[in-house]
Amino acid sequence: MASSFARVLSSKRKVGILSLVGAGSLTVGFFLNREQHVNAGAHVRRIYPPSAEYPDLRKHNNCMASHLTPAVYAKLSDKTTPNGYTLDLAIQTGVDNPGHPFIKTVGMVAGDEESYEVFAGIFNPVIKERHNGYDPCTMNHPTDLDASKIRGGQFDDKYVLSSRVRTGRSIRGLSLPPACTRAERREVERVVIDALAGLKGDLAGKYFSLTLMTEQEQQQLIDDHFLFDKPVSPLLTCAGMARDWPDARGIWHNNEKTFLVWVNEEDHTRVISMEKGGNMKRVFERFCKGLQEVERLIQEKGWEFMWNEHLGYILTCPSNLGTGLRAGVHVTLPRLSKDPRFPKILDNLRLQKRGTGGVDTAAVGNTFDISNLDRLGQSEVQLVQTVIDGVNYLIECEKKLERGQDIKIPAPISQFK
Amino acid sequence: MPFGNTHNQLKMNYIAEQEYPDLSQHNNHMAKVLTLEMYANLRDKQTPSGFTVDDVIQTGVDNPGHPFIMTVGCVAGDEETYEVFKDLLDPIIEDRHGGYKPTDKHKTDLNPDNLQGGDDLDPNYVLSSRVRTGRSIRGFCLPPHCSRGERRAIEGLSVEALGALDGDLKGKYYALKDMTEEEQQQLIDDHFLFDKPVSPLLLASGMARDWPDGRGIWHNDNKTFLVWVNEEDHLRVISMQKGGNMKEVFTRFCTGLTKIEELFKEKGHEFMWNEHLGYVLTCPSNLGTGLRGGVHVKLPNLSKHEKFGEILKRLRLQKRGTGGVDTAAVGGIFDISNADRLGFSEVELVQMVVDGVKLLVEMEKRLEAGQSINDLMPEQK
Repeated sequence: MASSFARVLSSKRKVGILSLVGAGSLTVGFFLNREQHVNAGAHVRRIYPPSAEYPDLRKHNNCMASHLTPAVYAKLSDKTTPNGYTLDLAIQTGVDNPGHPFIKTVGMVAGDEESYEVFAGIFNPVIKERHNGYDPCTMNHPTDLDASKIRGGQFDDKYVLSSRVRTGRSIRGLSLPPACTRAERREVERVVIDALAGLKGDLAGKYFSLTLMTEQEQQQLIDDHFLFDKPVSPLLTCAGMARDWPDARGIWHNNEKTFLVWVNEEDHTRVISMEKGGNMKRVFERFCKGLQEVERLIQEKGWEFMWNEHLGYILTCPSNLGTGLRAGVHVTLPRLSKDPRFPKILDNLRLQKRGTGGVDTAAVGNTFDISNLDRLGQSEVQLVQTVIDGVNYLIECEKKLERGQDIKIPAPISQFK
Repeated sequence: MPFGNTHNQLKMNYIAEQEYPDLSQHNNHMAKVLTLEMYANLRDKQTPSGFTVDDVIQTGVDNPGHPFIMTVGCVAGDEETYEVFKDLLDPIIEDRHGGYKPTDKHKTDLNPDNLQGGDDLDPNYVLSSRVRTGRSIRGFCLPPHCSRGERRAIEGLSVEALGALDGDLKGKYYALKDMTEEEQQQLIDDHFLFDKPVSPLLLASGMARDWPDGRGIWHNDNKTFLVWVNEEDHLRVISMQKGGNMKEVFTRFCTGLTKIEELFKEKGHEFMWNEHLGYVLTCPSNLGTGLRGGVHVKLPNLSKHEKFGEILKRLRLQKRGTGGVDTAAVGGIFDISNADRLGFSEVELVQMVVDGVKLLVEMEKRLEAGQSINDLMPEQK
């Protein structure tokens, strides 16, 4: 598939409509272009100046709202990607969801690969804020899926209950979930399951389409904690990702249930490698092997993943750019978690804690989900190493506290290596 | 997709079979009618403002429906939707509106003098009376498709028109986004405040975008005439009061609507209307009069009668709980209103409500006294 993102459509032709308003030219501060009626087939709608269309973001607290000034809006509002995706579409989720005073959401999505380029004027500052200063204009993102570089990675099973690595991949040339047509979404499904069918050995597996799955299959997938449901979060539904549900959505997993791919949920694909216990090294090895195999298989058919040297792997949400990688463990830290220094230790190790239900859940019984904070600006190997080193440190702290010894807050590790 | 036109160019890269939605699990009017062939014929069309067939049907694709409730599954993005996609919408309209044909003409009658009686519904039974409808401003896109600029323009024009009302219609506008806490509480206490839609039927069509921008509530000082701006339609107009004087409610309704229409015309705007579909609104179920006239009425005995459903059907009335559509009745109190919207005039529909409710109350009194109602059974209207 030849990439067409070089062809950036410049400003949409401004077309007015037949004068349906009376003789007065100014109504409540808005004006209408009164060019002649265009031929049938061209879309004609009332065009207002950007100042009349600019969203009211005064009560908003998300990254988009922080950076979308009227000037930026005016500059970008009449541009479209080659597929026709617009700025208004990209920011709709952020306009509809003002955010929480304490949680800063991103507030915008990409409809296709070209969105990041056409709307760089708003995406770049958002990316910079979300990814702690990463500048897409000047910095390059390293991709490294060579698992042999990992040192250690075998955690004490007494503390680490499970290990998991996830990321996403997008198929170049097809629109992303907020914008894709039904046919495009079905094409993503076809391309991906075709490739997954080529996996062999410990990666061999099966696809379960959401529309076709039987009751038993559904129950099994629920019991395995594999089944994903139609998004209910307004952050996602307002971006249009849940359209036509459950058409062309599905779950693939290997027979051993250690490698899992979600098709057409928030991204074209979400790829997950996981196991019970603390063998993060093996989880990451399988992760890399699986990803590289899938990439090879789609390339055989003339497809490739969306990727570039500044943004790494391109995904729907700017928060997942770069590696799109979240590597984490479920770990029991009964003493450390009660120590007031716990948050600072995590911070300095560039780790984040969540409850075991995932993002926004509370921890249950001293067991936490600990994973990397960063996504962009460091490679997969670097991020997983960070998690390994960090979790080892946490376990050491827990053991020290068990023995009645004191612990130390580690020096903050550097962010961009 | 609503509010953008990404799809049409992109979709044409694929053949109809590849884009045709999977409607095998669906039970709504759209799914009954939209064959692959029809989809193929309509998919390259768009209204002048860029609304496509996929925009029309998105809500119906996303909401398969309920086995027992037949939803419409379609919305209009502008006035021209009903013309450009008539192949899809005409059969839906016919099915939904009791056989209304593409060649039928709809009568509009907003002259309250033509209503017989209606001022004497027994207030011991009829607790409140209400008439509502919707209006769309010609030349603007409808809620599923309008841009923020358009929605604000609609709000501006509406506020201007409503601001010129006087006499017992004089009132005040409360923009949803500027409302104070006290104003909000008062509107809640008055049962006037509408909230951001939560129904997936509405959300999937794009009507809740940019909430609460451009939305608001206007009501007169007497709190008997209320207008919702930019909720499901450009305007929803409501006349209501306690008690059973439906005639007064309807008179204010007609006077208010007529006055508002005049005020819009003075500024060079008119309502979307044509002689086939009457008043044009977002949902095909609200075409024609868009009118629901009803009462909250106590019918504890009649509602338990085995023929209650049949009586309502013959009277062309529908029951709901007092919380509105899809709620259950509480304490024997029902919301009784006209079942029809299109093919009957406003006067005809309110007449049906007035005559019908009068009969229902009479039946209730008979049953209270332990008497039979068999001689009161109505014919099918």
